[in-house]
Amino acid sequence: MLEAIGAPSIDALFSDVPEAVRFPDLRLPAALTEMEVAAELTEIADWNLSTSQAPIFLGAGAYNHYIPSTVDHILRRGEFFTAYTPYQPEVSQGTLQAIFEYQSMICALTGMEVANASHYDGGTALAEAVLMAVNAGRGQRTRIVLSPTIHPQYRQVVRTYTQGMGLEIVGDEGSAADLAALLALVDSRTALLALQNPDFLGQLDNLDGLAQEVHARKALLCVVANPISLGLLKPPGEYGADIVLGEGQPLGIPLSFGGPYLGYLATRQQYVRRMAGRLVGQTADTQGRTGYVLTLSTREQHIRRDKATSNICTNQGLLALAATVYLATVGKCGLRQVAELCYHKAHYAASRINKLPSYAVCSAKPFFNEFVVRCPKAVSQINDFLLDEWNIIGGYDLGRDYTNLANHMLVAVTEMNTRDQIDELVTALTEVVL
Amino acid sequence: MTEPVIYDIGRPGLCAMPFPAPDVPRAPLPDGMVRDELRLPEASQLDVVRHFTRLSALNHSIDKGFYPLGSCTMKYNPRINEDMARLAGFAGTHPMQDEEVAQGNLHLMFTLQEWLKEIGGFAGASLQPAAGAHGEFAGILMVRAYHLDRGDTQRRKILIPDSAHGTNPASTAMSGYSVVEIPSDSRGNVDLAALRAACDDHVAGLMLTNPNTLGLFDEHVQEVVDLVHGCGGLVYGDGANMNALLGIARPGDLGFDILHYNLHKTFGTPHGGGGPGSGPVAVCERLAHFLPGPIVERVDEGNPSLVRREPPEDGDLTYYHLVMPPKSIGRVKVFHGHMGIFVRAYAYIRMHGPDGLRRVAEHAVLNANYLQARVGQWFPIPQRDRICMHEFVAEGTVPGSDVRALDISKRLMDFGIHPPTNYFPLIVHEALMIEPTETESKATLDTFAAAMAQIAREAVEQPELLHQAPHTTPVSRMDEVKAARELVLSYWNVKQ
Repeated sequence: MLEAIGAPSIDALFSDVPEAVRFPDLRLPAALTEMEVAAELTEIADWNLSTSQAPIFLGAGAYNHYIPSTVDHILRRGEFFTAYTPYQPEVSQGTLQAIFEYQSMICALTGMEVANASHYDGGTALAEAVLMAVNAGRGQRTRIVLSPTIHPQYRQVVRTYTQGMGLEIVGDEGSAADLAALLALVDSRTALLALQNPDFLGQLDNLDGLAQEVHARKALLCVVANPISLGLLKPPGEYGADIVLGEGQPLGIPLSFGGPYLGYLATRQQYVRRMAGRLVGQTADTQGRTGYVLTLSTREQHIRRDKATSNICTNQGLLALAATVYLATVGKCGLRQVAELCYHKAHYAASRINKLPSYAVCSAKPFFNEFVVRCPKAVSQINDFLLDEWNIIGGYDLGRDYTNLANHMLVAVTEMNTRDQIDELVTALTEVVL
Repeated sequence: MTEPVIYDIGRPGLCAMPFPAPDVPRAPLPDGMVRDELRLPEASQLDVVRHFTRLSALNHSIDKGFYPLGSCTMKYNPRINEDMARLAGFAGTHPMQDEEVAQGNLHLMFTLQEWLKEIGGFAGASLQPAAGAHGEFAGILMVRAYHLDRGDTQRRKILIPDSAHGTNPASTAMSGYSVVEIPSDSRGNVDLAALRAACDDHVAGLMLTNPNTLGLFDEHVQEVVDLVHGCGGLVYGDGANMNALLGIARPGDLGFDILHYNLHKTFGTPHGGGGPGSGPVAVCERLAHFLPGPIVERVDEGNPSLVRREPPEDGDLTYYHLVMPPKSIGRVKVFHGHMGIFVRAYAYIRMHGPDGLRRVAEHAVLNANYLQARVGQWFPIPQRDRICMHEFVAEGTVPGSDVRALDISKRLMDFGIHPPTNYFPLIVHEALMIEPTETESKATLDTFAAAMAQIAREAVEQPELLHQAPHTTPVSRMDEVKAARELVLSYWNVKQ
């Protein structure tokens, strides 16, 4: 090969690299074989406590759901996971059609007209929705109203993304989402009002009529929603949301310490050109056969460069496929079942905990699969006790994000929590106080 | 060969996987909030498995054949990495669970941070960004934060060579900066005179891909870095092409201030049909406090009683924490990054070691130069007099024929080969950007060269064969104008 190249040695191929820095000695451990690496990583994995070893009541944006076995069997097909972004449609119809089906299912779940091929996660999807609303307001509207009960990390991501853009982000001081107060902040300079429903505290709001108020001020309404909840609850499209987005992890994606996950985003047809990310459209080939292509790419960075709607390129393709296989497998009937199981089990847990003398469930509004419990001690102490004595992973410490919610625990229940686990949690909580 | 949409498979009432009945009393559903209809598929489990298996068969993939897609580094994805990422100890951990019972995750993340710092020659690293463009965005936000922190507020410009990926200018615009494009010189380097003219005290930084998208190592990289530093700017390195530099040169040693890595290119994690990627960023000392977070920090004399599980090595009192760097630009995503990808990249680096990583770069560059020599027999290569790095760019034209890069790309599909990246970089006419990677054998490269030779002949002898290619794929060329005009973006548009 060197002869064909006309080079004397492999080293000679690197003569453009300044000699002073060429061929550094990397201080890395020496290579291991596959067998040794498997042993090493298995050991490292064992230092973690996994949800397969302990009942878990922790949610706060990532949920322990059952993953049908079909999902990973499809994901493990090399034809899917070793393919690139489907820029060449003739040899990418599998990926393209799967994304088209994903877009269709997200539209159905959210009650919206168009969905894109994915974002990195729910938080970055919200940040992109903010950019989208600012663009829809032609840059004239620079105020963004965020509800305080949107996931705290989502709101942090929005602030990170927009730090160079001169936007005014308001509304998320405190912990109570007062719709009237939020609406009062929506003025003639406001591009977007964003809420979460069910919100970070698990609560559900009836948002009928809100969109009309927001639209009267010529701003957009964005709703962040847990996709499993949409198996049971009215889709935000039905109550007039302009953008619906959220974290797709509950749809067949493992917890995996926070990623890779799936940001989904859907909107109305009129905003399709403002939307970031990839889009698959149906069309026909030269022989009239139905097929799929990436379309409207003139919005995207590889064409528009600094005028693009976003810089997003690689997204979460394989996770969108996971969600598609998940939704196809559980289907119409199964998603409703999962959502109801979460709902009933969470309500059973809440009613039992609420009867404990030193605890109170604080959710005044209806809730879905998460609720707030006022505790007699610091949540961290209770969680240490639950873990040490009962091998239970307790709920989320809300005092970390809301100063007025110290000693308040956010408890999540999914279809994976059995009645026995819930009863055991209740018993354990009783003993904390004793 | 086409496959119906999943919605057109099965029949009403079918459910591929029912759930058990509740083992708790049913609670009343909330008034006025329950939905009436839910338009999801109703199919049997066999229907679902068959549907997605059939769809998979319509894809080209690395597993199926050669994938010389320039700038994408489509190398073999080791199977063991897939198994490791799926270990329950990793895949079953919750991002908010107590650090004390996630020490394995934090140890792995910390180790990967250290390795990436060492490989690139940097002082700090954050694994949080989800993809290359996300890492770029984080990088430019750090440039901004650094200057503002020094009270240096007049810097408004980011310099970007004309050969750059489109994500560079897009990330810059999202950070609130304006883009100044720097031309390339006749040898494919950054044009030093143009760069010198653009360097003033309004420059916040330069985004440099090196080797660049022509596959060339900039012959004046040191001068380029010095010029930008000389006017007070920072140098951002786009790590998309790091596969050429592993063990060859460390961007930090060359004076780069920031670099993003694409774990899904350089470190063998799969592309997944468009993600998930992972785009960690590494920085020099003066930028370490600005990294996106949280990052993992090690406390060597950590309280062993806090560690519930056995510590990493016998008697080692190491304890790991998630921390926010003091002047962090903030979190760029929810939680801590793509853990499942970190496991795969860890396994990749661990199985290569320092010598193996250097061999990766050596063989990637050897393969690319070999192909450049072979393909150059039939197609013009603008920088043929230069040694390329891990990829090269050819011109998709044949004297005496009207075929274009697009036709050549489509015809390659008939040989079971994925086309190269085409029409990029924008500065080469009818560009075909070819990156073989180190995991391909000489036999595969020869097969590709033979296909290119045949296509060059066909271009002259039977150009229609190319204009109408591909001929053997599940579908032929698609009507993209119709797609953009009619905008059928979901099954519900079809039904209308």
